[in-house]
This record gives sequence, C-alpha cells and structure tokens, in this order.
Amino acid sequence: MISETQKWKAGERTTVTKLSTKKPLFRRGRGFVLGSILPIVLLIAWELAAKAGLLAPHLLPAPSVILEKVISMYRDGSLFGHVSITLTRVFLGFAIGTGAAVVIGAVVGYAKTAEQLLDPLFQAVRSIPSLAWVPLFILWMGIGEPSKISLIAVGVFFPVYLNIVAGIQGVDRKLIEVGKIYQLSPFQLTKRIILPAALPSFITGMRSGLGLGWMFVVAAELMGASEGLGYLLVVGQNTYSPDTVIASILLFALLGKVTDAILKYIEYRSLKWQDSLSNQA
Amino acid sequence: MLQINRLKRTFNNNQAGFQNINFTVDKGEIIGILGTSGCGKSTLLRVLSGLDPNYEGKISSQEGKDTIGMMFQEPRLLPWLTVKDNISFGLEKEERKSNKYQTYLDLVGLTGFDHHYPKDLSGGMAQRTAIARALITDPEVLLLDEPFSALDAFTKMQLQDLLLSIWQKKQTTMLLVTHDIDEALYLCDRIFILKGQPGEVFAEVTVEKPKPRTRGDAYLSKQKAHILNLLNVEKKAAGDER
Repeated sequence: MISETQKWKAGERTTVTKLSTKKPLFRRGRGFVLGSILPIVLLIAWELAAKAGLLAPHLLPAPSVILEKVISMYRDGSLFGHVSITLTRVFLGFAIGTGAAVVIGAVVGYAKTAEQLLDPLFQAVRSIPSLAWVPLFILWMGIGEPSKISLIAVGVFFPVYLNIVAGIQGVDRKLIEVGKIYQLSPFQLTKRIILPAALPSFITGMRSGLGLGWMFVVAAELMGASEGLGYLLVVGQNTYSPDTVIASILLFALLGKVTDAILKYIEYRSLKWQDSLSNQA
Repeated sequence: MLQINRLKRTFNNNQAGFQNINFTVDKGEIIGILGTSGCGKSTLLRVLSGLDPNYEGKISSQEGKDTIGMMFQEPRLLPWLTVKDNISFGLEKEERKSNKYQTYLDLVGLTGFDHHYPKDLSGGMAQRTAIARALITDPEVLLLDEPFSALDAFTKMQLQDLLLSIWQKKQTTMLLVTHDIDEALYLCDRIFILKGQPGEVFAEVTVEKPKPRTRGDAYLSKQKAHILNLLNVEKKAAGDER
C-alpha cells in the first residue's frame, strides 16, 4: 500500500520536473528582452544626438563611427591580435591566481595551525592596493608578460582565497559527522564532503576574481604594452581618436560579460542541487 | 554482542553528560534509551558511534570492532548528491557504482526517486533515504538518535512500522534514543531510563510482549503508566531534597 502511493507520487514528481525545465528558459528569454530595452534605447538616443550635431565628434563619436572602427580593425586583422593577447593574459593570470588560491585556501580553511600561521600575512598583503605592486613587478620582471600576468594573478588570488576559506570553514559540522560515521580518511572527507559543500562560495570567489582580473589586465596593459586592448586605450588617447578608446572600452565590456556568463553557466550547471531562490521551479 | 562498562562522558564540570553506564546488548535486540532532555542520551550515542572519543570506561564487542550505522534526528543527506548517491554514500568506490542501492531504495518505499535531490524530498522521504543509507553497509549495530522526533504523527508511525519490518527481515541490533515513551514501548525489547545531570541508568524496563505489537495495547498502557511513574517519583524526590 505504502509503496503504491510512493510510486504514484514518483510519477507525479517526474512530470513536475519536466515542466520546470521549460520554465527557466522562458524566464531567461524574458529577462534577456527586459534587460536589453534600456541599452538599446540609449544607443538609439546617442546615435540620433550625434547625427543631430548635439555631441562633439572629437569627444564622443556616434555609435556607428565606433562600429566602423571595430569593423576596420577586424578587416586589417589587428582586432584579433589585440583581443587574443588580452584574453591570454587574463586567462593565464586567472588560472595561476585561482590555482594558488585553491591550494592555499584549502590548507588554511582546513588546518587551524595553517590559518594562524598564514592568514594574518595574507590579510595584511590584501590591504595593499593592488596597483601599488605595478612598479615593483616592473622592476623585478621588466615590462614583458611575466609582470603583467603576475599582477593579474595577484588580483584574482584574493577574492578566490577569501571565499574558499570562508566556504570550507562554513561547512556544516553535521555533514562532516556523517563522513566520520563511515570512517572516511581526511583526504576522502575533503574530497567527498568539504569541497562539494564549499563549491558555491568557491564559484562566487571565481566570479569576483574574474572581474578583478579584467580590471588588472587594463592596469597591466596601460603601464606598457605593444599589443592588447589596454594598449589600444593608450594609442587612442595619444592619437586623439575617441573612437578607438570607446571601441576598446566596449570590447572590454563584451569580453568581461561573455567570460562571466561562462562562469555563471558553470555555476548553474554545478549547483542545481541547491535549495535556493534562483533554483525555484 | 555489545558490552558497556562504567562509561562516563561529562561536560561543564560534571553538570551535563552521563556517567556510570553499564549494560549489555544481545544480538538482534532493540534497546531503548529513554529520558528527559539534557540527561546525556544523545551524548551516549555519539560516544558509541565514535564521534566523541573523549570518554572514560570501556566499550567492547565480541567480534572485535562492530560496524556501526547511525541515524540522526535530521536526515543529514548531502544536498549535492541524488537520493541514489546518498544511499550509496557509505559503500566502497566500486560498489557505489553498482545497483546495490536499488534493494534499499525499494525497502524504504522510495522506488522511482533515484535521481531526485534532497531539496525535492519531504521530511519523511528524506528520513527514509537516511534509513536506507544507514542500512546499506549492513551494520551490526544501528544507532538511532531520536530519528523520528522531527516528523508528524502519521509519518512517524509509518516509519516506526518500516523500521520494525526491516528488523524482522534483517534482525539488526538497534539502540534507539528517544523521548517518546510510546515509541520506545512499541519498538524496544528493553528500555533504559536515564535520569539526572549527569544522567545515570535509573531503571530498566523489559517489554515482554512479542513484536509487532498493537498501539494502545492494555499491557503497553500499563507499562507506560509505570514509566511515567518512575520519571515522576524521581522528580518529587528531587523536589523534596530542595
């Protein structure tokens, strides 16, 4: 009798799940339309104002002029070079910073002694405005790639580190006890309980780390580069061409948004189990 | 199969916990540990399960170390694992991938819920999953820490019957901590009543009636009155001392 009721309930549940997979898509579509209204209206107003001569073209050129600039850079092949070198720098810095933060954060979060030993130092270093590292890194590593990537890695490191430590220390003691009942070794306990439980805050850390990574790549490329979107900013300023400056700003915005969307998608896929507001069917 | 000698674990300068606990559990027995809150009954289970190593006294079992299963007041499912993976949690890596979970999924009446996450389960279903997880490793002793106290009356009765039917199939030895006298009388062969702070075994009640029993049976009602009386007498005595 009981099992029959349960089976019936199981059937009902599956239909509910099937419906709910459709709903977020529809919602996302609606969100996308709503979110695009304001930018599109602004763009049109900007274009019209520029065409009517309300905006000085040497200060704020029309969107169509900027678009032409991007297209011409795409045609002569320089766009791909700038974008790819900037992306490579962000990617390498992000990977190094995140990797270091995972290792050190896991140790600091898990072992009390390591926390007492390392955390005060990291907290002190964290309070240094990261741009203050720029001259030192240039002195140490020159103006080549190593100094730029190190700067980005330093920027990415701290948010990821802080979130990992907080995530691990916030793991529910009750779940850890479940692992202890089954006599898991410290390594298994970390792998099977602590890391999955800390995953949500780890991903939050990665997303804010990536944001800082984009900030720092601009700083790194402004301080001396011969290629990259940040370099385009400098060139635009020196050659008095606002279209180049705004074009690279827009490209930064686009790339930042796309890379964040990738992380957000990973977050959505790997945190489906969370009983959170955003996961409501 | 399980012997406990002069077991003691106290906190706050001997103000809480338990002391001087002695008893023996035979294979296939269901032992109830009954008491008001704060008499150390949950602490006793934490010590027996190995979660709390800071105790004095001796725990011994015949075949060396017994494998232990434990159920808590809350289901304590891992929210990132599906029902299937939660049930298989205590198994070795190879077995986790096998279909072993299916038997236990059916046993607790959750057939078809393999791929649901804990967030989609009701309280009763989550606790059923926890029962399956505790049983899949085939423990010699199953420790139950007020496993049904957070459930509504109907779910509670269903799960008590489920536990009993599992016991009839597998003859698992169980230690049930509870503050529900009816539950203890319905399920247990012997009931230890803990009193005081730190708690000590104040009385032992043997329930002679064979299982399954009828709820509200005259014999059980008499036993309930007896237990209530035991608990109250002590209360009056404590009041007199003051």
